[in-house]
Amino acid sequence: MSDRSKLLEVSVWRGMGDEGAYETFQVPARDNQTVLDVVSWIQQSADPSLTYRYACRVGMCGSCAMMVNGVPRWTCRTHVKRVLRDGALQIGPLRNLPVIKDLAADMDPFFDKWIRAGGVHRPSRSRDDPIQQVPPDDPGRVEANKGIECINCSVCYAACDTVAGNPDYLGPAALQRAWTLYNDAKVEDRQAVLDSVSGAGGCHNCHSQGSCTRFCPNELDPLSAIAGLKRASARSFFRRGE
Amino acid sequence: MMLKAHRNHPLWLAYMLHRLSGLALALFLPVHFHVLSLALTRPESLDRFLGLADNPAVKLAEFGLVFLLAVHFFGGLRLLALEFLPWSARQKTLAAASIAGAFLISGTFLLQAV
Repeated sequence: MSDRSKLLEVSVWRGMGDEGAYETFQVPARDNQTVLDVVSWIQQSADPSLTYRYACRVGMCGSCAMMVNGVPRWTCRTHVKRVLRDGALQIGPLRNLPVIKDLAADMDPFFDKWIRAGGVHRPSRSRDDPIQQVPPDDPGRVEANKGIECINCSVCYAACDTVAGNPDYLGPAALQRAWTLYNDAKVEDRQAVLDSVSGAGGCHNCHSQGSCTRFCPNELDPLSAIAGLKRASARSFFRRGE
Repeated sequence: MMLKAHRNHPLWLAYMLHRLSGLALALFLPVHFHVLSLALTRPESLDRFLGLADNPAVKLAEFGLVFLLAVHFFGGLRLLALEFLPWSARQKTLAAASIAGAFLISGTFLLQAV
């Protein structure tokens, strides 16, 4: 806290549903301060009616994502210093999702698409069978491992212009989940995974703009996962045509 | 027009460049075919039109056309590589760099020959 008098100019989205506007707050600047700290300060010291969502504050739960200066970010791990523009911050609810109130976006469409993409694990063995051994260096396992650290924060979903243009599009997170299942040795019916992601709104809608990979806070690569699904479903298409 | 912050990265710009070049080429092609058809229907009109081609502005437009074609062609190759080659990002960067290097060397050779 070198300079106590320094203030940040923070405009925050206020409103419910489609209606709303940005409201500006003066927030004391600190040496070490995350965007979530700024939002919390406003709620605790300026306007207790501000609505937002967070839980773990350490980048594990995926609930605090917001638009910060027009870019989707996990606010608990985003330092203000890194994103400040001319001493100002603009914080809004996640893009491509309905707004419940202020900074809290309705995540239902995002999770509904996980279900539509077949994001549930359907085991090939019962509890009576011996546990299936999966060697860590198995190529499928290596590929699946690249995508399993997803925290469902919806940053990729908010960054994607294809989602913005096509409400039916499953989005990067759900498709990446399907790709990890497709590569999972414990999943027996791979074709079912492909079928649920290769129809309308599926992986072939992706325009490879790469914003998902660019902004994923966990540095995952949904773009390559979706490319993998495109390859797999193209291969299966030609195979079935035989 | 200000580019929105979430679009400000190379892959999105490559996507937009590919779309815009495709659109411009789509607009060019009907005109191109119309001019070619003049060879059969009205040869004298074609000759008059070809006389225009010596105009420096047309030369510049031709450069633009070749540029659009090149951008669209390589944009398509980029997409094919991105989606159909399960390579790592590093391998793709190396492949792109070696192709760029090959073009640089062969292009320099060509310019010297011309």
